[in-house]
Amino acid sequence: MEQKEILALKKTAANIRKGVIIATGAAGSGHPGGSLSITDIMAYLYFKEMRINKEDPRHPDRDRFVMSKGHCAPVLYATLAEKGFFPKEDLATLRKTESYLEGHPNMNSVPGVDMSTGSLAQGMSAAVGMALAGKVDKKDYYVFVGMGDGELEEGQVWEASMAAAHYKLDNLICFVDYNGLQIDGKITEVMNPEPIAEKFEAFGWYVQSIDAHDFEQIEKAVKNAKKQKGKPNMIVAHSTKGKGVSFMENQAGWHGKAPKQEERDRALAELDEYIASLEV
Amino acid sequence: MSDKIATRVAYGEALTAMGEDERIIVLDSDLSKSTMTDMFRKKYPERHFNMGIAEGNMMSVAAGLATCGKVVFASSFAIFAAGRAFEQVRNSIGYPNLNVKIGATHAGISVGEDGASHQAIEDIALMRSIPGMTVISPSDAYCTAFAVKAAIEHFGPVYLRLGRLAVPLVHDENTRFEFGKGTLIKDGSDVTIIANGLMVQYALEAAKLLEEDGVNVRVIDMHTIKPIDREIIIKAAKETGCIVTAEEHTIIGGLGSAVAEVVCSEYPVPVKMVGIEDKFGKSGKPNELLELYGLTAENIVKKAYEAMQML
Repeated sequence: MEQKEILALKKTAANIRKGVIIATGAAGSGHPGGSLSITDIMAYLYFKEMRINKEDPRHPDRDRFVMSKGHCAPVLYATLAEKGFFPKEDLATLRKTESYLEGHPNMNSVPGVDMSTGSLAQGMSAAVGMALAGKVDKKDYYVFVGMGDGELEEGQVWEASMAAAHYKLDNLICFVDYNGLQIDGKITEVMNPEPIAEKFEAFGWYVQSIDAHDFEQIEKAVKNAKKQKGKPNMIVAHSTKGKGVSFMENQAGWHGKAPKQEERDRALAELDEYIASLEV
Repeated sequence: MSDKIATRVAYGEALTAMGEDERIIVLDSDLSKSTMTDMFRKKYPERHFNMGIAEGNMMSVAAGLATCGKVVFASSFAIFAAGRAFEQVRNSIGYPNLNVKIGATHAGISVGEDGASHQAIEDIALMRSIPGMTVISPSDAYCTAFAVKAAIEHFGPVYLRLGRLAVPLVHDENTRFEFGKGTLIKDGSDVTIIANGLMVQYALEAAKLLEEDGVNVRVIDMHTIKPIDREIIIKAAKETGCIVTAEEHTIIGGLGSAVAEVVCSEYPVPVKMVGIEDKFGKSGKPNELLELYGLTAENIVKKAYEAMQML
């Protein structure tokens, strides 16, 4: 990937992070921590990888993205708004009664959302269904999935994993946002899902491990995944919860807590400063 | 058609007969020889997928397929489809209003020998509580063929409640079923029996017994519990003055409740309910269990007299 392209993606990701902060700050609730840790993957997918068209968000041949960890709706919405699916100003209406931006992704109210999610693991299964439909219809689209590491504690993840491998869904590319934290604390202390990569390998997946904040690694893993035949793809993305906002990084407390006015302003100032540094 | 045929068999046949529609995808969870979707598999193997013993996953996979324009039939026993996978049905299928048809067989206590763990008696209550969910409990093979066709034609989630036990035909090829409408089988003026599923046969038997006593009975097959036919219920309340409901389901939240909800708010008259009275099922021969739990023509007759005495 060229330096210019990396810089552009970094800037896009920082703008998406601003959207997450603005949305959750205005809502007074929501999930910034896990939204910020998966932001770079979102920026790469929507701005470099996926075959999508904001003018025709339901095109049957489009690539799909399912936010299986639906509580990270803020980053999905911020990404879609950044991409132009709907006005960025609307992000500040997140979770409000009169808004179409539901607290968890709603495919019928938000343009560009491919599946309603919120109840963990169900999005992954729905993505299996989309990938299966792609095989039945002999279409060449890919289905991407964003999952949480805490989400792996849901038994349905493993039901879906068996099905994806059984039906050889190599058009399915999942990311586990491996930030190590869930609401109640460290995933290893709450209910240890590790070793993650080995589990998916045992379930018959092609597994790669990357740094979730390195665009070159993200791209390489996706390109590599697309070359594999006969196996679903899991990309275990080692990430930092709250990435990009210094006081939110690696804090389980920021899983499901919105920034207050002062925190919001501080976070936005940091991100603006970061964007300015990229432009020098 | 033969004298007796299980609605699950009629389901397998209807699904196979309509299988030319290439949008149809059938999912099963290791029960295809019991839910009878195996019939579809034999004819259209490329559109039948076994999802293994994982009903929750099956429902969400069905939802994903439906987002790609498929008409998905997802089958399992009612206890697992509506019970175990309730939240997947609610959140993956119901909330996004996806085009998934849940073919739930082995509903009710007529499952028989497998016993209480496998006898869904709460499934209608669960499914009809989901906003936008259509719920159909067909009475015989003709009614089932209609239900499968209606499910395909109607966009959105549908719950089809089917039975294991072979049941007699209560309709014939001339019966005209309508989506969202009860089917009047027999007109009458003294009392109305509203039944569905395998209880329709007993409603007709009860009507015969009551007629011998000079009671003029109206019988309605309320195959579609949701959306419920308010009109036919209000008309029955006004014209016959009292109602008896009959269902192979707990009386809490099922057909009786759905009828009472309409009657109470629109035209209050006595409603007596025949159904399972807040108990689990048990193992036994289906017909012995129906007797044991009061799902009989005699009990419908008894409740009819009780209802009429309240006037």
